[in-house]
Amino acid sequence: MELTGAEIVIRCLKEEGVEYVFGYPGGAVLHIYDAIYKQEDVKHILVRHEQAATHAADGYARSTEKPGVVLVTSGPGATNAVTGIATAYMDSIPMVVITGQVPTTMIGNDAFQEVDCVGITRPCVKHNFLVKDVADIAETLKKAFYVATSGRPGPVVVDIPKDVTALKTEFHYPKKVSIRSYNPVVKGHMGQIKRAVKLMLSAKRPMIYTGGGVVLDNASKELTDLVQTLGYPITNTLMGLGAYPATDKQFLGMLGMHGTYEANMSMHNCDVLIAIGARFDDRVTGNIEKFCPTAKIIHVDIDPASISKSVKVDIPIVGSVKHVIDDMLRILKDKSSKKDEEAIASWWQQIEEWRAADCLKFDTSSELIKPQMVVQKLYEITLGDAYVTSDVGQHQMWAAQYYKFDKPRRWINSGGLGTMGFGLPAAMGVQLAHPNETVACITGEGSIQMCIQELSTCLQYSLPIKVVALNNRYLGMVRQWQEFFYQKRYSVSYMEALPDFVKLADAYGHVGMRIEKPGDVEGALKEAMALKDRLVFMDFVTDQTENVYPMIPAGAGLNEMILV
Amino acid sequence: MLHIISVLLENEAGTLSRVAGLFSARGYNIESLTVAPTEDPSLSRMTLVTRGTDEIVEQITKQLNKLIDVVKVLDLSDGPHIEREMMLVKVQATGDGREELKRLADIFRGRIIDVCPSAYTIEITGSGEKLDSFIAALGHSKILETVRSGVSAISRGDKSLRV
Repeated sequence: MELTGAEIVIRCLKEEGVEYVFGYPGGAVLHIYDAIYKQEDVKHILVRHEQAATHAADGYARSTEKPGVVLVTSGPGATNAVTGIATAYMDSIPMVVITGQVPTTMIGNDAFQEVDCVGITRPCVKHNFLVKDVADIAETLKKAFYVATSGRPGPVVVDIPKDVTALKTEFHYPKKVSIRSYNPVVKGHMGQIKRAVKLMLSAKRPMIYTGGGVVLDNASKELTDLVQTLGYPITNTLMGLGAYPATDKQFLGMLGMHGTYEANMSMHNCDVLIAIGARFDDRVTGNIEKFCPTAKIIHVDIDPASISKSVKVDIPIVGSVKHVIDDMLRILKDKSSKKDEEAIASWWQQIEEWRAADCLKFDTSSELIKPQMVVQKLYEITLGDAYVTSDVGQHQMWAAQYYKFDKPRRWINSGGLGTMGFGLPAAMGVQLAHPNETVACITGEGSIQMCIQELSTCLQYSLPIKVVALNNRYLGMVRQWQEFFYQKRYSVSYMEALPDFVKLADAYGHVGMRIEKPGDVEGALKEAMALKDRLVFMDFVTDQTENVYPMIPAGAGLNEMILV
Repeated sequence: MLHIISVLLENEAGTLSRVAGLFSARGYNIESLTVAPTEDPSLSRMTLVTRGTDEIVEQITKQLNKLIDVVKVLDLSDGPHIEREMMLVKVQATGDGREELKRLADIFRGRIIDVCPSAYTIEITGSGEKLDSFIAALGHSKILETVRSGVSAISRGDKSLRV
């Protein structure tokens, strides 16, 4: 039977097992929306701004093992989606974004709501397609899902002109697709893996540093096994939190600009660095010249271009981290692998001394609510088992430091691009994927206002997200930098004319709370969690002067932290 | 150091801008770029001349390989290779100068392919360096116009870049 292009699009999504499409209708995608209307397999979530559609799909993808799917119209629909596409690209999140386009005959004519979507998104997608023939829709979408989810994942844009969605053709969805120019490596080079294991065992001061790649490859179990077999210390990047249980004693906390003293000092002083699924981001390395000066470096990554990009490594291994760790474990467990027990013991002794500095301690006697305390209480009350999304800034760092993630895919934040406005829409995607779980969005009064219109979407779909706003009336991270590096000239970082968030939540049909005293924090959080089927907006009025510590100033090495 | 990178890519709309976009986005420089379909019309072959440290050129080849439409990448500068570029140059040619120009073109194995009372158009092929020398020998004052094809290159021996 012949189907229209629009019907084919939806059938393809069904074949891919797509549960939700996040989107916003408009002229160029009306045929597709008509096809959505006529079926019930693929559910559509109507956001209030296309940026939120991409973030919601992104949150859905990060919290599941499935790609997120977005549908937006041409022109402004596509450009509004770009921030979310770039966010997903920087964090390697699998996503398929279908954008409408003006009819093929109009392309290039400056038609109404026309932009060169393929051109605009080219630098921030893994790949993109313009489909000019209805006969190509099915294969192109198959390719899009394949490219988005394989190798180093990423967003793929499929731009479909309106006339193509109206034409008819036979529907046939390919079971498999191969692209001759795209063959991501899976298995690591065995010789390199053996060399790496040998080096790992020879280490006197080893350090394991892992990132988002472990989460994306669902390799937490393997990583945990590796770390515990070796008995070495481990740190996670911001993107890698949860890949190794944060409550385990071998875990030293997050590293980098706002990492723990023990993690950064161990990095700086290690003699063998084992980097897995991490990309030596500038927020992690600090000054490259001063990075791990005494270490031999092993780097496992699925993307060859990530290896030796900023830091030259000694043993590169290209492959899926899951497979490579499996191979490493096989070698380690196969023979009586001997490590330098004595050296490792004294290394741990040194690490414990660093750990004793207790770099995350904060003033608990304050009359004002300390933001760290709010996160800590949230952690306790949710038993460390909530899905936590965040926006970008100080609150993001406090969330990463004080919420101890024991499981992967629980910590959802925009690490690479640092997109304010990410938290709330991402939480919508997470909540839809996990309707019975607690989803908290830790945010600030600045970030939340970048996508606050989504409170309306949350009402429409009954998403009981718990918004934890750390409201210090400042763009906190900007203020912190101005305090440290601009002699306290607080240029435009004070948030004047803030709305009454309690009334605002109420106006959107949700529950709002304002919490001003430290003694009320726990009670408010408990009360909010008890409202299982309601979105609760908790406006915590926090200490305005609080800064994120430790901190590595720009240009400094990992051993040059400002502690308090 | 100068590197000549050969790229086999899908002969599809937009592929060239993916490569060009990559170079501008990552701040790599392009000294020259030529591209045309190969004997297999589904593939194009691009020759890129770029300058950079070994680390940068390694990143360039990795980033090129990462583009979905790129089938193969080879840094020809890694081994023996042949490099050719073609130039058409229009020069003032009057009086005694006409004879001298003819001789100069012969020395450089160039050919005069168009003649008019006041000018010659000369076709010359060779390495970029040879073309530069020819321009220097002509002297800038006489040159009316030049157009260069950019470098095409191929490895020596029976090694070949194909799917």
